[in-house]
Amino acid sequence: MRTSKIIFLIFLATLCGKGMAAGQKSEILLDYKAIENINNKASLQRGAKYFVNYCSGCHSLKYMRMNTLAKDLGIEEEIFIKNLVFSNKKIGETMTKSMSDKDAENWFGAIPPDLSLTARSKGSDYIYSLLNTYYTDSSTITGYNNLAYPNTSMPHILVNLQGEQKLVLDPNNKPKKLEKISEGFNSEEEYQQITNDITNFLVYVSEPAKLKRYSMGFWVLLFIFIFGVLAYYTKKEFWKDVH
Amino acid sequence: MSEKNQSSGVIGWIDERLPILSFIRDHLTHYYAPKNFNFWYFFGSLAFLILFLQIFTGIFLAMHYKPDAKLAFDSVEFIMRDVNLGWLIRYMHSTGASAFFIVVYLHMFRALMYGSFKKPRELIWLFGVFIYLALMAEAFMGYLLPWGQMSYWGAQVIINLFTTIPFIGPELGVWIRGDYAISDPTLTRFFALHIVAVPMVILLLVILHLSALHTVGSNNPDGVEIKNTKDENGVPLDGIPFHPYYTVKDFVGMGVFLFLFALTVFYVPEMGGYFLEHANFIPANPLVTPEHIAPVWYFTPFYSILRAIPDPAFGALAMALSILILFFLPWIDKNPIKSIRYRSTLFKINLFVFVIGFLILGYLGVKAPTPLYNALALRFSEMYFIFFALLYFYSTARNSTFSYLFSGIILFFIIAYDILRINSDNYLTLLIGLSSVCLFVLFMTLSPLYTTLNREKEVPERVTG
Repeated sequence: MRTSKIIFLIFLATLCGKGMAAGQKSEILLDYKAIENINNKASLQRGAKYFVNYCSGCHSLKYMRMNTLAKDLGIEEEIFIKNLVFSNKKIGETMTKSMSDKDAENWFGAIPPDLSLTARSKGSDYIYSLLNTYYTDSSTITGYNNLAYPNTSMPHILVNLQGEQKLVLDPNNKPKKLEKISEGFNSEEEYQQITNDITNFLVYVSEPAKLKRYSMGFWVLLFIFIFGVLAYYTKKEFWKDVH
Repeated sequence: MSEKNQSSGVIGWIDERLPILSFIRDHLTHYYAPKNFNFWYFFGSLAFLILFLQIFTGIFLAMHYKPDAKLAFDSVEFIMRDVNLGWLIRYMHSTGASAFFIVVYLHMFRALMYGSFKKPRELIWLFGVFIYLALMAEAFMGYLLPWGQMSYWGAQVIINLFTTIPFIGPELGVWIRGDYAISDPTLTRFFALHIVAVPMVILLLVILHLSALHTVGSNNPDGVEIKNTKDENGVPLDGIPFHPYYTVKDFVGMGVFLFLFALTVFYVPEMGGYFLEHANFIPANPLVTPEHIAPVWYFTPFYSILRAIPDPAFGALAMALSILILFFLPWIDKNPIKSIRYRSTLFKINLFVFVIGFLILGYLGVKAPTPLYNALALRFSEMYFIFFALLYFYSTARNSTFSYLFSGIILFFIIAYDILRINSDNYLTLLIGLSSVCLFVLFMTLSPLYTTLNREKEVPERVTG
């Protein structure tokens, strides 16, 4: 009996261990860690603002319904429409982009991807790294290259906020660090806050249900726990006469 | 039918026409189960609970899901975002799939440990293995439906296995897909099979599994037949009525299970990418192959066996054999002692090594292949089959001629395969791996001749505790 229990524990431990060890695979040369906190409404609101202003021209959030967004972020619908909707869309629609795919292909050589699920498929660290690791590179068409997504055709949209960076290589020709070569509108910390807010916003967009499931889960677990305790004492009572 | 079994009123009226009361009597209130079931006996009823949950949540998913290559991915996101509690139903279904396999693996391990597949329970085991096969088919086809990158490419890998079958392979592949590549017809037929055909097969098999079980009665951790010692009324002395004793006990198991299940559904539904793979949040794209295709975790031990042999046809054959061998278990292990409690130390070592090896194969299956991982996968695949050979070997006491011959045959196959593939690059890892497996085989087959490690214990007449 003891051996079998040990085997069971090993089995469980392996399952958990697997869960822990599994991360999203990304080979970002300089790693930036995003702070995920979808309960921080202020951060999500700022992220939404930056997204709409800087990203939504090219990137859609085709699964994100605007009234859900307004409700979850605690923004009144009128204020939302006034500040965050630039076309004549209705609040019940999703956040599709206005740029046509054909234009996009002509302008950038690729269609900018929909970002609804990027935080789930690639992870928040990837998005955060991407926004932070642009550096000047005269060999590319846009004049910028990126460490998280090398040779991307996406221009450095936030360069006015961040300022320009250049890449410093170590003796083995591996990226060592990024060095500021011109100042942007924002300080280093402010820029990291901005990009973290955008990342955080995309984490929310990738799974709006997360807001609900965390709070609902507690009550469900409590219910099952009470059920379990009652079941346990019922079983104990019934089994009194089994010897 | 005796006097006291007759009821009056509505129930009596129905019972005269449909034997509900005698059914309840035969299968619940007067169905005697051994009183010494332990922790391992929860997983049968839990598997039943999960089957119910999967059908229940599946019905609601089918109301909103669209089996169309153009709409499938979007419809899943629609369920996740716009359907009331759709995310909950979907996560219950996706977590349920993994939970089903966890519970079924533990249930099968219980059978290995206590010899529940042995006479007179061979049919229960056979139906069980069929359920397991049907479950694999069900999970595989269900995994295509979200139409993400891993759905698509995972299905590609599995269907390609069938195309390695000589002569009919390529046509078989087209027949399964309904096209030359995985596309809309594949999705629609997998949908039909996933929600109608296979669930019906599983339900039928579960009925057969339970009918066979109730005909011969349950085994127990002591592996003693409780029907051998009955009181004057024909009631087994070590038996207790399934209802209420085991119904109330199973409710406790359900409570614990549901707690862990809800914990997963609400807090870690992706389970770090093992229950829901990250790449599956990218819509299927036939033009972009993901850099690393890993099947969902419950298939990975067999996937490792497949990859362990470089030749695709032989790899697929080894994988098929690794599953098919389960059907023959009752005739491989003919040792009359059922329970691990009374079997020898060598049997315990064999089972322990098998479980560890199976878990390692599972781990290797989710990893991208490297030379070291491939070498390990091959050794543990060999160990997987050696487990069954040793089960046969321990069926009865063996003399020294048989023991040497038996180990010689196993070693011959292992060494012969390595001689065929040895070269100047791999000889070191090959020799280390080969010598470990050979030493294990020699120890397991020859130590009964020189030590007391194969000594078995006296099986008691009645169950203990």
